[in-house]
Amino acid sequence: MIRLIARRELRSLFAMPSTWFILAILQFIFAWFFLARLEAFLEIQPQLAQLANPPGVTVTLAAPLFFTAGFLLMMLVPMFTMRLIAEERRNQTLALLLSSPLSERHIVLGKFFGLMSFLLALTVMLPAMLYTLALGTTLDHGLILSNCIGLILLTASYVALGLYVSALTSQPVIAAIGALAVLIGLWLADMAATAADSPWHQLSPLYHFQNFNAGLLDSSDAAFFVLFTAFFLLLTMKRLHNNRVYG
Amino acid sequence: MRAHILGYIQDCLQLRSPLTLSNATPEITLSARKLTRSFGKQQVIHDVTLELKRGEVLGLLGHNGAGKSTTLQMLTGCLLPDSGEIEICGINLLKNPAQAKAHLGYLPETAPLYRELSVADFLIFAARLRGIESAEVPSALSQALQRCGLDSVKNKIISTLSKGYQQRTGIAQAIIHRPAVIVLDEPTVGLDPAQIRDIRRLIRELGNTSSVILSTHLLSEVKNVCDRVEIMQHGKLIYGDTSARMQNYGQVSGFPLTLHNPPALSELQNLPGVSEVEQLSATQFRILHPADNNPSGILLSQAAQLGWQLEQLTPLQTSLEDIFVQITDAEAATTGVLP
Repeated sequence: MIRLIARRELRSLFAMPSTWFILAILQFIFAWFFLARLEAFLEIQPQLAQLANPPGVTVTLAAPLFFTAGFLLMMLVPMFTMRLIAEERRNQTLALLLSSPLSERHIVLGKFFGLMSFLLALTVMLPAMLYTLALGTTLDHGLILSNCIGLILLTASYVALGLYVSALTSQPVIAAIGALAVLIGLWLADMAATAADSPWHQLSPLYHFQNFNAGLLDSSDAAFFVLFTAFFLLLTMKRLHNNRVYG
Repeated sequence: MRAHILGYIQDCLQLRSPLTLSNATPEITLSARKLTRSFGKQQVIHDVTLELKRGEVLGLLGHNGAGKSTTLQMLTGCLLPDSGEIEICGINLLKNPAQAKAHLGYLPETAPLYRELSVADFLIFAARLRGIESAEVPSALSQALQRCGLDSVKNKIISTLSKGYQQRTGIAQAIIHRPAVIVLDEPTVGLDPAQIRDIRRLIRELGNTSSVILSTHLLSEVKNVCDRVEIMQHGKLIYGDTSARMQNYGQVSGFPLTLHNPPALSELQNLPGVSEVEQLSATQFRILHPADNNPSGILLSQAAQLGWQLEQLTPLQTSLEDIFVQITDAEAATTGVLP
């Protein structure tokens, strides 16, 4: 059932022209950023080579690329999550799901995994681009892997939050702006807190991505993402249940 | 320990029994007992008790805002009642929602359509959602398409279809899994007369194999489609009877009569079956008679025999609209609430 709803979600996504448009724009930005960084790296490579322990192409290229992707997804994910439940509610299709033999768990997880698989397909282009460099040089596979894991966890936390905000309203636009406001708010709180041990840092998903970005697999960061995602998914299930209670 | 095991076995048996019941297709497919529901402090549904048998079409009739849609939402599990019990094919909807909903098809007021999908894709999704095995999907799909007359548009995107076809797609998603109970909320709203006729014929057909409950404020729908009627007002069921008997509710039948050569008034009054005669003018009368005894036949033969020169005899039927207003007004008068 979860897979069925996820597949339906994917189908509807690909049936919309806006999805293809966003996909194209995002690929363009990634490619442009990748090439610009590559050019910059080639320019400074002679100087880097004089250092005792020069940074390799993976660190100078992959890490900023993944960080930019993480940042862009913060802006983009609310555009995708806004429809998930708010639009079902507005088009009255939620009644179909609520009157079917499913539980809230199936609906929420189906939508979550549906959008996640779409976003995974979108971000898989990043390692694919990087691995084209393997034709001419050796890459740091560990760094790329930790970045990939980090980006997946980061995206999952964004999607869970966006899904919850979408469950609160019947207006997709409000859902998008709401999710964007919360995500940017968390990021700004992280940025504005100057003290290194400020608790505000701990709230921001992007802050927890930094260790993954640097190639460091920290279980506490992973735990943060898992808890953040699970928390908002559970809240969404609760909200959908309340739909039956409060009408 | 032993008590524990016994308790476990009992639990298993209790869990099993609804399953076996559902296979035996029981006579009563839907029963709701004492449903109440309030939104905030306002109670919108009071003690609604409904029962539906297999092969029966029940019309839920009422003014706008009488609580019809809310009742149907509760019957389909989209809204939880504050109190009361709902059983579908003997399975408690509130305790075992997933099992009970497998026997349920629901068309809400606005058809729940994913407009970006094609008709066939959408119906396949609906079928799988209701738990039809993928091997059985093609046959269920072709039957639903054929029953709802959607064969010609099955590959079209739903958003490009006319309102009538969209509504049919909505009905198709509600019947594709051949549910025992079909709930339709105002299924003919916004359709043209030809489409309304088609959909009514379809509902009538569905009523042969399943139970159908439909809400409407169109009285002609009740007359043409429903076997039984429940009238709802201010969240209460105020009248329930067969649709045929409702049409005779509080009815004194009568007809206007014009005779060019009328006999004495008493002569008309003494005819068997006539309960009252009103003289409207020198040649025009109104004959009133009980619903089950129509004197028009006798009157015709008498008029011919005695040379009354009959010019006009029009059977008068109280319209369903009048009956509906009578019933709701009578209720309003007893409760002191204006409709």
